[in-house]
Amino acid sequence: MNLTNEQMERYSRHIILSEVGGKGQKKLLSSKVLIIGTGGLGAPAAVFLGAAGVGTIGLVDFDAVELSNLQRQIIHQTKDVGKPKVQSGKETLQEMNPDVKVVTYQELVNSSNIMDIIKDQDYDFIIDGTDNFPAKFLINDACVMLQKPFSHAGIIRFKGQTMTYLPGEGPCYRCIFNSPPPADAVPTCKQAGVLGVMGGIIGTIQATEALKYILGVGKLLNGYLLTYDALTMEFRKIKLPRNKTCGICGEQPTIKELIDYDQPVCELRR
Amino acid sequence: MKITVNGKQRILEKAIAIDELLIVEQAEMPEYVTVQVNDELIDHENFTTTLIKDGDTVEFLYFMGGGQQ
Repeated sequence: MNLTNEQMERYSRHIILSEVGGKGQKKLLSSKVLIIGTGGLGAPAAVFLGAAGVGTIGLVDFDAVELSNLQRQIIHQTKDVGKPKVQSGKETLQEMNPDVKVVTYQELVNSSNIMDIIKDQDYDFIIDGTDNFPAKFLINDACVMLQKPFSHAGIIRFKGQTMTYLPGEGPCYRCIFNSPPPADAVPTCKQAGVLGVMGGIIGTIQATEALKYILGVGKLLNGYLLTYDALTMEFRKIKLPRNKTCGICGEQPTIKELIDYDQPVCELRR
Repeated sequence: MKITVNGKQRILEKAIAIDELLIVEQAEMPEYVTVQVNDELIDHENFTTTLIKDGDTVEFLYFMGGGQQ
C-alpha cells in the first residue's frame, strides 16, 4: 500500500515526525482499534484516532444520543439526539476522514458477545470508554484471555485516571481492583457530575496510548496508573505492582470464564 | 514520623494501621479503596493489622467509572 498524494498531505504533520514517517502512517492506516463506549471517554478517543488515520475503528454502544451527553461527548452533535450513538459516531468519523472504515456494534457488552466483537476484526488495541464496573471487569478479563492490549480509564467530577494493559507485561485492572464494587457504592458521573473536558483529557491519553502501541514508539502506561486532578492541575504516575494472586492474570488464575456482574437496570437505561 | 500519602507528606505521632489512616485521610468509600504500601498491594483483610511506619509511601487507589453515559 502506498500513500496517495492526498494522504501525504492529510498526514503530513505525522509523516514529518521521525517516530512516525510514511511507514508509521501506513501502520496506522492498516491498524484496527475497538472503542467500547462512545461517551465522555470514547468520543474524543474516536475523533482523534479517526483524524490520525487509524484504518478501522470499531464502535460499541447500546445507547442513543441524549441532549445531556453533548456537554462532553464531542463525536455527537445536537442534530444527533435520539440517534444510536454508534450511528452518530460513524457519521462523524466518515465525514472527518474517508480513510477510516467504521464498524458498529449497537450492543451492551456481556460475557456472550465481547469475545466475538474483539475477534470480529481481530482488533489490535481496545479502548475501555465504559461507565460501569461490570463492563470494565469484563473488558479486562476478555483482553487478558485473548491477550489483547487495552487502555482502561475512568472520570468523575474533576478527576480522571487511566492505565494500560499489555499482555504479559505489568498488571491488569483486576490485579489492582480485585472485583467490582457493589452497585451504587461508587458514584457515577450521572449522580456526581463530571467536568466535560475530563473525558477529552483522559480519552485523548487513551488514544495516545493506542497510537504509540501501533507505532511501537515510547513507553506506555503499562504498570502505572496515571491520575489527574483538574482542580489542582496535578498529574501523578503511580507505579503499580503485578499481583501474583490475580484471579485472571496471576500465577494460578481462578477465573476461567467471563463473568456478568449485576448492574441495576436503571443504570443501563439512561 | 513522616509518611507519604498519594504523593503528599504527612506527619503522624505514631505508627497506625491502614484502616485508621483511611479515616484520618478521609478516604471516600474506604472499604473499596485499594491500598499500596511501598509498592506492595495490601489485602483488605490486613487493613487492621498492617501498620504504617516512619518513611512509608502509601497510595490509595480509587475505583473510577464514568465515561460512557
